[in-house]
Order: sequence, then C-alpha cells, then structure tokens
Amino acid sequence: MRHIISILIENEAGALSRVAGLFTARGYNIESLTVAMTEDKTLSRMTLVTHGSDRVIEQITKQLNKLIDVVKLIDLEDAVHIERELMMVKIKTSRESRQEMKRTADIFRGKIIDVTPYTYVIEMTGTSAKLDSFLAVIDEKSIIEVVRSGATGISRGEKGLHL
Amino acid sequence: MELSGGQIVVQYLKDEGVEFIFGYPGGAVLHLYDALFHQDDIKHILVRHEQAATHAADSYARVTGKPGVVLVTSGPGATNAVTGIATAYMDSIPMVVISGQVPSAVIGSDAFQEVDMVGITRPCVKHNFLVKDVKDIANILKKAFYVATTGRPGPVVVDIPKDITDPSVKIPYKYPKKVSMRSYNPATKGHSGQIKKALDLLLTAKKPMIYAGGGVILSEASKELIKLVETLGYPITHTLMGLGGYPATDKQFVGMLGMHGTYEANMSMHESDVIIAIGARFDDRVTGKLDRFCPYAKIIHIDIDPASIAKTVKVDIPIVGDIKSVLKEMLALIEEGHNKTNVTALAAWWVQINKWREVNCLEYNRESRLIKPQYVIEQLYEVTKGEAIITSDVGQHQMFASQYYHFNKPRRWINSGGLGTMGFGLPAAIGAKLAYPEMEVACVTGEASIQMCIQELATALQYETPVKIINLNNRYMGMVRQWQEFSYESRYSHSYMEAIPDFVKLAEAYGHVGIQIDKPEEVRPALEEAFALKDRTVFLDILTDRTENVYPMIESGKAHNEMKLRVAIDTPINRELA
Repeated sequence: MRHIISILIENEAGALSRVAGLFTARGYNIESLTVAMTEDKTLSRMTLVTHGSDRVIEQITKQLNKLIDVVKLIDLEDAVHIERELMMVKIKTSRESRQEMKRTADIFRGKIIDVTPYTYVIEMTGTSAKLDSFLAVIDEKSIIEVVRSGATGISRGEKGLHL
Repeated sequence: MELSGGQIVVQYLKDEGVEFIFGYPGGAVLHLYDALFHQDDIKHILVRHEQAATHAADSYARVTGKPGVVLVTSGPGATNAVTGIATAYMDSIPMVVISGQVPSAVIGSDAFQEVDMVGITRPCVKHNFLVKDVKDIANILKKAFYVATTGRPGPVVVDIPKDITDPSVKIPYKYPKKVSMRSYNPATKGHSGQIKKALDLLLTAKKPMIYAGGGVILSEASKELIKLVETLGYPITHTLMGLGGYPATDKQFVGMLGMHGTYEANMSMHESDVIIAIGARFDDRVTGKLDRFCPYAKIIHIDIDPASIAKTVKVDIPIVGDIKSVLKEMLALIEEGHNKTNVTALAAWWVQINKWREVNCLEYNRESRLIKPQYVIEQLYEVTKGEAIITSDVGQHQMFASQYYHFNKPRRWINSGGLGTMGFGLPAAIGAKLAYPEMEVACVTGEASIQMCIQELATALQYETPVKIINLNNRYMGMVRQWQEFSYESRYSHSYMEAIPDFVKLAEAYGHVGIQIDKPEEVRPALEEAFALKDRTVFLDILTDRTENVYPMIESGKAHNEMKLRVAIDTPINRELA
C-alpha cells in the first residue's frame, strides 16, 4: 500500500542523505521525497511517499525513527489527512487545441501560468492521483515537460506533527 | 582554561575517563597527536594498520563494557578503519572513532588524503558527526559518547578537519556535564503490562525455550538471566553473541543454536510452544529457513531496539526495553507469586530434550592420529580452566571455539558474529589483554584469518601484551572448503593456502615465541608451555586434520529440525581431498 510518511528532522547537513541512504541500504521503495524548512529554523520537514506491505512500512518507520537526526514522524495513512502535490506541465499547443487544453485544465482547476504562441505551462495542485488523471486525459504527445514536487501532506483536525 | 581544538579533544577524552586510544598518526591528525604527546594519562596504542585499531578498541569495549576509542588520520587511515567500524556496528559495540579530515577550506576539492568519511561510514555507524567549529568539539564528543553507549550501543564517528585542531586557536574549555538530544531518547524500562503478559504466557508453556543473545551481555543482565532460568527451570540456548551470558556447563544450557548449534538446541527451538527471545535478533544464521522457523511457538521478544522486533520473525508479545531492567521486573513478578509453571509438561519436555542430547552431536573421532581442532579447543579449555578470554577470527576455528570452549561468564568470548570479519582475532586479543593484563587471553585462529592482521604481532611486542595465538592450521580456508565440499561437489575453488609462511620463524622475527606441533599427544604439553611463558606472546602453530568439518550443520534453506549430523564418528583418517 501507498503511505505518506511525514518526518521532522534536525536541519543539519547530511540529514537528507541519512534518510535517502537508509532507503537504498535496506531496499525500500521510495516514490517521492520532499524537504524544506519549517517555521522552526532548526527543523526540516520531510515528506516521503513509499509503498510496501504493513510489515515493510512498520520496519521503515522504525528504521527512520532509529536515525539519530529524526525527531518525530507520523504515517499520515494512520489518520485523516490532506495530501497535495504541485505539478507544472509544459504543453505543445496549436491554434486548434488551445481552447480544448484550457477547458481541460479548468476542469482540473489548473492555471495557465505561461503562454507562448505554441505552448502553455499549466500549474496544478492536488493529490498525486488527481495529477496522474490529468496527465492521463491530455494527449501524451503534446507534453514537453512534467515537473512534480512529490506529495506533501498534513493531518486534519487539531492534532499536528510538532515538537 | 584556554585550549586549542587538539588539546580540547585530548582533555575531553581524559575527562571522559578514557584509558586507551588505539590509533595511527597521519597528516590530518598531527595537531591532535602533538596534544597527545604532552600528557601521560591516556595511553596511546600504536597499531600497525587502522583496521586493527578499530578491532582492538572494539574488543576493549567488549571485555570491559566501556566504549573503545580510535584515532585515525583522513583518507586511507579513515577508510582502513571502516571494516572495524562495520564489525562493531553489526555486533552493537560502543566505540568512538575520531578521524582526521583535510582542512575545512579544501573539503570537496579532492585534496590529498581526502575522503568523505561521514558519507562512507553512514550506513555502518550508529551516528556520525563532522565538526565544523572548534567551539563544537566538546559538545559533539559528549554526544558521540552518549549515543555510542546508550540504547542499543554502536560505533560513532567524529570527523575533525585539521584546521579545527589548530594549536594557534585557543578557546575556553569546560567538560560538558550534561547532554540532551531532543531527537534521541533511547528506551530504558519496558512496558509493565507487556512484561506481565509475557510472563503469563511463559508460565503456561509446555515446551518453553529461552533464547538469549548478545543483548544480555551488553546490558550486563547475566545475573538476572541466570536467576530467571533457574527459577523457571526452563532450557536455555544462546546465540553466538550470547555465549557466556548463562554458564555453558550448567545442565539447563542446551548449547548454542543455529547453523552450527547443537542438535538439542535446534530441535528444542523447533518443537517449542513458547519462545522468549532476550536480546537476540533472529539473525539468519540462527533461524535457518524463515518460514519454517519455530512453527509451533508463540514468541516473546525483549529488545532495546524497536527496529529489531518483528524485523524478520513475527512476534506475539514485543517488549521494548533494557534487558536488565525488563528481567528485573519480570523476576519481581515471579517473586510476588506469579511462578506456577506447568511442572508435569516441563518434566516431559526435559525427557525429550535429554533424548536429543543423547545424539551427542558434538562427538568427533578421538582416536585420530591427526590433531582434531575440537580436541585442541577442549584442551585449551582445560589448560585455562575455562577462565581465559578467548578471541577468535572467522571460520571453522571460530565455530569449534564456540562449541567446545564452555563459556561460563560474560565478556569472555570475543568474536565478530554479525559481520564475520577475518583478521579480528589478533588485534582483539591485544585489546582484551590491555584491558585485563592479569587475565589469560588466547586468540583462536586459522592460517588464513591470522594473515589478515598478522602485522599486529609488532603491536603485541611493543606493548608487551603476552597473548597466546592458537593457530588451527589446516592449510585450507576451512569453512569455504566445507561449503564447497557440501554444495559444490568438492570443487575447492581458491580455498586452499599455498605458500603458507613458516609461522614459527615469523613469530620469532617479530620477537615472539613460535611453536609448531602436528601430533595429538603434543597438544596438551604445547598449550601448557605456551601459558607457562607468562610474559611472552606465543604463536602456537597447530597442524590439524585438513579434512575436519564443523558439525552439526543446518545447510542453507533448511529448518532447525533438518540438521546435518556427522555421519560416522570414525570417518576415514586422512581422507584425500581433491
């Protein structure tokens, strides 16, 4: 099953490679990994999307917790949560296809953020699955470039992952 | 007190109570070595190869329980230390390795003797640090010792660029008394509810097994383990790393389990209905084929590392905590009256176990006119009255030592269990002898392993560590040859040793005593002679039966109840090989 693991980690050089290295060393899958600072400058937030059986996911969370730099983590699948990913797609357009492309982007609440006579750049956020669906409905041959941030997530309600 | 970075390192180590540093100087650590020169409190042991520094420090930690300390230079000094760091990591040994690094300003420029030590060691340390400011040294070292010695212990690397130890930059130094790390809070006490549940299950057992590993030794929980085993009257088996936790000569001890464990230990595990794993990690050499491991048993697992629990084997009752504390709590419950075992079932279980014992799985040909390695270990046990510290290398001799030297006390059996590092034995013996000069220390080795760190004979001379090297010389890489015999139709691909040195002359060249023997009747007198030479390192080169194999054995892919036993005790003498 797909899991989104959200990690608070010491904002130190090498912290990212400790996490990435753990996944290669132990042969775990890694679908995406995003890292950025939090409101607390000493901490980074890492969101990791991985696949595995319950047993594998249990090992992954244990092994991550074992890393000295990891302060806290949660598996977002354990609770109701919101997932978002940002995508930017550069698409070839022609006079005939421009309107159709814009309508499709609208349906997915995408925004056109760059326009040239022959291209659009469409910005879209949503769950990774939604972004996949958008890519599935547009003509594959029209895609010049896809840039995705990898999923991030946050739990719903009052609880949160903080110190 | 105003000190330079190099002086801070040395002063910190003194304040930490460090007795020995095992190391080798080089460019990036010259400031540090200069600081060492000006003091006498810490003894520096100059090894002849950095791998040996890590093994000796590791062994010092294994015999004393205190962290071992290593000091190496950047680049090759650091990479040479990696094998020893990985060895300590696999066996959860507390160790702090200080490596020099090229000056901060040139890091990343492929400078002379530069290597990314933090990157290289990341997968084989508990944690590592790169010191970026002289002001951080004391706190980082404090954290390093704290992380290395608490929770599940392990090696920690502290990489220090040369400019950080610059003698011209002095800052105030104070020993940091406290350390706190918000991201690291190792478990100590186990969950009381789980401990009660575990005991309840344990008491209902009809065919219980206590399976105890190296965690018992690391946690200093031998006393509590003995009490538990005695009170319950249950059989106990040890992993390779656990040997000595429970006295091997006691009748409740059924021997080591696993690939070369005893028939009775493995059969008992297989038939057991409740297993309590204490500080053991269900290693593949222990479990054999996983899906047929202990098919009838409910499993209780006590371990300080949550990640060890349910890693390979599903566990019914997990307890995360320090072994000593958990066992104490369990014993307290027993004393309160939670002590009713199933006496009838237990009696029947012991009848069964004793039947398995009658197979006498460790018997070998005592009539042989060639020296049997098992016989050497038995004699070694007798000559040292079972009181020696035994270090070993890796291979057949290691298994013979674990099977035939009956370890009755913890911290006496020093071997590379997890990583299986050849070359470990001799530096380990030196580290152990430095820690306990009054104890007998013997290194059980083979002609292949010993050559991987043979240069340490010079260290043994320099620091007068009179260890006894018991070289079981069968002119083969015995364990490799055994597997080739069993699984590759005896195609001995590169597993024999040609051009074996004259070990007697070699020992003499290094200033030691060399003795070679090849007849069974010479074994006892040679051992006695070796141990009588109190202040000399003795290299006892023992030409053993080349064909001897380690039995019993669980071959790969087999379960505990499918052990390969020695077919006939009187296998033809001098069976011709290849």
